[in-house]
Amino acid sequence: MKVDQISIFLENKPGGLERVTRILKEANINIRTLSIADTSEFGILRLIVNDVEAAVRVLKEDGFRISRTTVVAVEVPDRPGGLHSIMEVLSGHDINVEYLYAFVEKSGENAVIIVRFDNPDQAIDILIKNNLTVLPGAKLYSL
Amino acid sequence: MAVMIYNEEFETLPREVLEALQFKRLQQVLQRVYHTVGFYRRTFDAAGVKPDDIKTLADLSRLPFTSKQDLRENYPFGLFAVPMSSVVRLHASSGTTGRSTVVGYTKRDIDTWSELMARCFVAAGLTKNDIIHNAYGYGLFTGGLGAHYGAERLGASVIPMSGGNTKRQIMILQDFGPTAICCTPSYALNLAEQGQAMGVDMRSLRLRVGIFGAEPWSDQMRDQLEDQLAIQALNIYGLSEVMGPGVAMECSEGREGMHIFEDHFIVETINPETGAVLPPGEEGEIVFTTLSKEAFPLIRYRTRDVACLITAPCRCGRSHVRMGRIMGRSDDMLIIRGVNVFPSQIEAVLVGIEGLEPHYQLVVDRGGTLDTLEVQVEVSERTFANADEVKVLQKMERRIVKDIKDYLGVSAKVKLVEPKSLQRFEGKASRVTDRRKL
Repeated sequence: MKVDQISIFLENKPGGLERVTRILKEANINIRTLSIADTSEFGILRLIVNDVEAAVRVLKEDGFRISRTTVVAVEVPDRPGGLHSIMEVLSGHDINVEYLYAFVEKSGENAVIIVRFDNPDQAIDILIKNNLTVLPGAKLYSL
Repeated sequence: MAVMIYNEEFETLPREVLEALQFKRLQQVLQRVYHTVGFYRRTFDAAGVKPDDIKTLADLSRLPFTSKQDLRENYPFGLFAVPMSSVVRLHASSGTTGRSTVVGYTKRDIDTWSELMARCFVAAGLTKNDIIHNAYGYGLFTGGLGAHYGAERLGASVIPMSGGNTKRQIMILQDFGPTAICCTPSYALNLAEQGQAMGVDMRSLRLRVGIFGAEPWSDQMRDQLEDQLAIQALNIYGLSEVMGPGVAMECSEGREGMHIFEDHFIVETINPETGAVLPPGEEGEIVFTTLSKEAFPLIRYRTRDVACLITAPCRCGRSHVRMGRIMGRSDDMLIIRGVNVFPSQIEAVLVGIEGLEPHYQLVVDRGGTLDTLEVQVEVSERTFANADEVKVLQKMERRIVKDIKDYLGVSAKVKLVEPKSLQRFEGKASRVTDRRKL
């Protein structure tokens, strides 16, 4: 039920992001969604792509520092209080959200968020027990 | 196994015999330079000293120093002590800090140099059965041909790779199976890194010895090279002005300091500010006098390299004094807010931190009246593979800042940078950018 995310270390300098997008374009890899966490000096670009193995390979070949992280994709009801319903479920279980960001496509009528938990397995268990929909990687890549 | 020594007679001379030999050769070279090189006649006269006034080795300190600036001012051939018809080869220093200096060799000089390099290889445990991958640059730089002639003198098989074309070097390392490699330590790391990136198991090559020099490096870098290439890494010292590589070499038995071939060179350590000769064991600028060179003899040449001399007997049996690791060059020593900092010390801090690699660059600037030191460090694969969070990388930055402060007493700004964004040097690594307008 987990999703593979690629993180890329980038210095804050002109052309840094362009190099990544060019390499992925040339390898015919589709970026499904992304987010950037940054400081004044460097950033971490996080990507969900349709072909994780190929993306890791081409980026590493070009000398990028890459890490692979397990994240969880959760459907969020597209209405007021939608995200809150998820946080409410988790807050009682001592699970930390390291970061989260939105997925671009909807899953049916629902929005999708990508969440990095400190304990993804436990988080998935709790979400499913509470009738929330967790999307497996394969489904997410093809939305 | 018995210790192998290439020229056992001269490399193990008892101290009194060695000093008698040095003094005899010193008298000869002083007479020769005084009568053949205008520069020395002028500087000796100005100091009020004649060659005949030098009656003991200790009297050497009465003679004036020769500096890099003197060499530049006599560019290109002004300090040659023989006519060009006797010179069989010319080399020039890399000129990293100004106009290059030109050195010449007679046939006998080349012969001596070859022998000294052969001594180095034997001190590293090599024999004529070894294959030596020589990645020092060939050309005006002395490294390539110096090592090459020494390898041939020994009877080993030498691969004249020269520098550059790293992918091809890695292919040759795999296909020819050299047992030893000579290059700069930073280039060796570069080879190890690129080999790994190409999917080559760099530890399973036939290499067993690395002879690294031409730039200062640290013991931690030695550990890293030994680990990544599964070799014994040894330090060699030389500079083109004095001869080229092979002035001093670490022995594989001792691995602590490089034996200076004292039958051919007199070494002194001096206080770089006052010029006073320091007692052995005290760190100072290394000064050489050549004893046997014909074409380009040097008297009391200030190397700018800072090290200390080790006079304790070495377990290998060589009687020649050793010089400790170069702590830096007295002219690349940075003074940051009054604190002396050598790039090699920063390197030692970096490689002491788990997961970091010694790929770094120092940028010194002055904001207002305060010196600032920025240390740019490449993010290593290992660090980032376990950390896709900003806070982990920031913690790493803080750790580096703290360690530099703790060990060197200087506050630095640390900037993590992408791999390979710092220059990879195939010759000498230039680690410092000084933007101060002093």
